[in-house]
Amino acid sequence: MAETGSGRFIMDRRSIVKGLGLGAVGLISAPVLAACSSGGSGGGSGSGGGGGSLTFGSNASDPVPKKAYAAFVAAFEKKSKDKVTVNTSDHNSFQDKITNYLQGSPDDAFTWFAGYRMRYYAKKGLVADVSDVWTKIGSNFSDALKKASTGEDGKQYFVPNYNYPWGFFYRKSFWAQNGWSVPGTFDELVTLAKKMKAKGIIPIAFTDKDQWPACGTFDYLNMRINGYQFHVDLCAHKEGWDTPKVQEVFTTWKELLPYYDPNAAGLTWQEGATKVGNKQAGMMLLGSFITQQFTDPAVLNDIDFFPFPAVKVEGTDAVEAPIDGLMLSKKGGQNQAAKDMLAFMGTGAGQEAYYSVDKSNIMTAKDADTSGYSAFTKKLADVIANAKSISQFFDRDALPAMAANVLEPAMLNFIKGGNINLTNIEAQAKTLYAQQ
Amino acid sequence: MSAPLVALGDTEAGSGVNPPARRRRLRQLTTRDRIVLGVMIAIPTLIQAVLVWIPTLASIGLSFAKWDGLALSDIHGNGLVNYKFVFEQSPQFWPAVLHNVAWLAFLAVIGTPLGLLLAVLLDQKIRGTRIYQTIFFMPVMLSLALIGIIWELIYSPQNGLLDYLLGTHGTAHAIDWFGNSSVNLWAALVAATWRHAGYIMILYLAGLKGVDPSLREASSLDGANGRQTFFRVVFPAMAPTNVIIVVITVIESLRAFDIVYVINHGTNGLELLSVLVVQYLVGETQVIGIGSAFAVVLLVISLVPIVIYLSRTFSTKER
Repeated sequence: MAETGSGRFIMDRRSIVKGLGLGAVGLISAPVLAACSSGGSGGGSGSGGGGGSLTFGSNASDPVPKKAYAAFVAAFEKKSKDKVTVNTSDHNSFQDKITNYLQGSPDDAFTWFAGYRMRYYAKKGLVADVSDVWTKIGSNFSDALKKASTGEDGKQYFVPNYNYPWGFFYRKSFWAQNGWSVPGTFDELVTLAKKMKAKGIIPIAFTDKDQWPACGTFDYLNMRINGYQFHVDLCAHKEGWDTPKVQEVFTTWKELLPYYDPNAAGLTWQEGATKVGNKQAGMMLLGSFITQQFTDPAVLNDIDFFPFPAVKVEGTDAVEAPIDGLMLSKKGGQNQAAKDMLAFMGTGAGQEAYYSVDKSNIMTAKDADTSGYSAFTKKLADVIANAKSISQFFDRDALPAMAANVLEPAMLNFIKGGNINLTNIEAQAKTLYAQQ
Repeated sequence: MSAPLVALGDTEAGSGVNPPARRRRLRQLTTRDRIVLGVMIAIPTLIQAVLVWIPTLASIGLSFAKWDGLALSDIHGNGLVNYKFVFEQSPQFWPAVLHNVAWLAFLAVIGTPLGLLLAVLLDQKIRGTRIYQTIFFMPVMLSLALIGIIWELIYSPQNGLLDYLLGTHGTAHAIDWFGNSSVNLWAALVAATWRHAGYIMILYLAGLKGVDPSLREASSLDGANGRQTFFRVVFPAMAPTNVIIVVITVIESLRAFDIVYVINHGTNGLELLSVLVVQYLVGETQVIGIGSAFAVVLLVISLVPIVIYLSRTFSTKER
């Protein structure tokens, strides 16, 4: 299907190969893969200054990220004289088998994301505390990034590699030509959308065939109306869904519905991005991976970005910027070479090695050399750097089953009909969170 | 009651006299035969137990439990909470049941009769019948990815064949056959029928070949026309095949999964019970207790046609 090839961010992990047969094969093969991968880590433990070895489980199965991680590993090996064995798994199956993987014989270090699942495995004791690494690299990251790497017990379990912000993307020349300016508030956004609709274009290219894109709008409205902390608590189900606060999010959202693509339910984000690219649509709320879709350099250079406008509280302080990075398995926590590699990921040198190949993201370390950034990338980076809080994506911040099986179908119905049953969502949330 | 007792007493009495001869008469199998037989029974039994019974019983057990899938010691009883979720809270459950019923009705009323019709037509010795058989059977052999692409080409609102024929392609009135939740179930059912009819056709053709030609001869001698011959003679003579086809139609509609999954992962109007089981059991979105409860519901529904089929099969054999 179309979605498997292109976006390797959330796209890929959502087009999960859930087919019964393949799923079963995945479950069976998980321990086998894990068993294979445990071979190389023998002599690594406790060696410290070079000559150690570690295994590294990577989900970067797409060509560009795969090469980027290879460049990172090569740079680390050169610097530390440690030996790294890389075991690359398919992106989707890595994600699907992660529970088995961590319980079996995982690699020392592995690729993962910040968010609920990171904190969940930390709580369950399946991953290693890397607070000592953070004492070395801590000054190299903003507070928001440190917060995103911290488990419920206040210890760090994650080292960020890169992130990418969510916001509105549009064509500069198209807007200039029509005299449209960037909206700073929600009301301005609605007014602008009204103007665009009058001109006969789709104001907001909203696409929800894959269901996860709607989370972006929900998260932003929720954070702009109820604040970042409410978002975190709602994702953890410390706040209820059947509350006036959540109701207000949907009431506000409803004002935008008339300006969405009427075929939103059947479109993929790639199709939406294409509409923005050829001026059929005015703007689109998506992660910065949207730029992958603009293959024509003339269009790509014409793309600009603005953060989700302020609505009620905290201005535009919070930015949704999912973070990818590295973690250590329980076993990897005993291996100094593995800790050294995570520490290297927390330096500019390490992140630059990755960025030299994969330029579609923003480096997170403060001392990373950003002189190679384009003006556009710089803008994206500044939005993240200036953010007071960084949220992940709803499906990374919340229980995955809550996101994919409950909220996303409910939001799709909301997009189609404007109705949402928060009482039912709360009832489902109660049952689901009680099972964790 | 008394006869066996006497016999038993007899055996005991005679045991001292000539036991080896008796035993040899009862067991005409050598040790080697017994080992071979034992292995031949034990291995399938083991496979059956490991692949069928243990997972089934485990699913039933887990459907009353809550478990995060990590340590086995973390399995806790959860009463009927999972079933309450399935029946009362999940907004997808009842639509899924309805869609499965629609699936069954559509296959029973259109898919299966279409397969029968194709089989009967191709059974007449028309020219090129093998080519037609191949063509109609082709969809059964195609991979799912390919089927998804083929129907996407037909149903796409921008440049699909169907909207092109309707003259709405590329316009605002184009119907998004897979994306519009009021039509996508029917669009998927047409795709499913396309596959199902070929399957039924092959089964039925095989059945038709097995009908004794003298039956047709006799009926035509008695002055029956083609229709009468088929409905009064051939069709009843094919009772065993008919039962299999009914069962297959029911099972196909219960296990329907692949086509909707290829279309949009079984969401937005294409919810099915099998999809819900997968959603809650496979991958990151796993909630084992609830997924197991969905699976048990599907199991119980599936047992109905299976039990009917088996009881029928065995009762025929006894006769």
